[in-house]
Amino acid sequence: MGAEQRLEVSEHGDVTVVRFLDRKILDELNIQELGDELFRLVEEENRTKLLLSFGSVEFLSSAALGKLLTLDKKVKSHHGQLKLCDINPEIYKVFEITRLFKVFDIREDEASALASF
Amino acid sequence: MSDDQWTWTRAASIASVHSAAVVAAEEIIAKLGELGWPEAEIFGVRLALEEAFANAIKHGNAGEHHKQIHVDCRIAPHRIWICVMDEGEGFDPDDVPDCTADEYIDRPSGRGIMLMRSFMTYVEYSAAGNCVVMEKHRSAGALGGPS
Repeated sequence: MGAEQRLEVSEHGDVTVVRFLDRKILDELNIQELGDELFRLVEEENRTKLLLSFGSVEFLSSAALGKLLTLDKKVKSHHGQLKLCDINPEIYKVFEITRLFKVFDIREDEASALASF
Repeated sequence: MSDDQWTWTRAASIASVHSAAVVAAEEIIAKLGELGWPEAEIFGVRLALEEAFANAIKHGNAGEHHKQIHVDCRIAPHRIWICVMDEGEGFDPDDVPDCTADEYIDRPSGRGIMLMRSFMTYVEYSAAGNCVVMEKHRSAGALGGPS
């Protein structure tokens, strides 16, 4: 299944909302493909306001965190904004343990995230 | 703990590829579910397993798919013990920098071992570094469920 089939992309004004459809974001190959698709949105389609919604995601590995960091740098290099939302408590704990909750702009839900752009 | 106190044990050698690691991890996770372990604790064990397998595949076995990962798992209603061993040269886990330090916080990798230590009761590497033993003790408030 290609990356574009594992992501649901929609527009809300000038914000691109990307919802992950996979319940688990695990292996490096899948993460690489997802990352490439997200990078393409930024670099080729010039979508510089990006909201990643993790509502369907039950689990992700540290490799996924690494890819999010690379995406964050890429968005910032394009003078854009990246926000995350709808992260379940267990996954949020991972962001806390790794201190990445201080690096990423994490919002509770899509509505509050969209209002913050 | 003697073997007859474990509810379930499994030792296997699997291919050093993610698909095989997923199958092994899912079998272990399913057993925890059958024993009524709470979801939050299962999440932690799953994450530790995923990180241990990923390290074995990518670093220990250096991406060489012909190599194997040796997994030994023992589960009791209140405890899980897991050994993951790769066929690599080993490493010194003390050489892995603190991923939460300011100078390393935005590195794309290097968080696996820290996450393993955070979610498991203890994590210990062999002297050579190619074998990790992890154990989790089910929290007191989580005891209960099906006998």
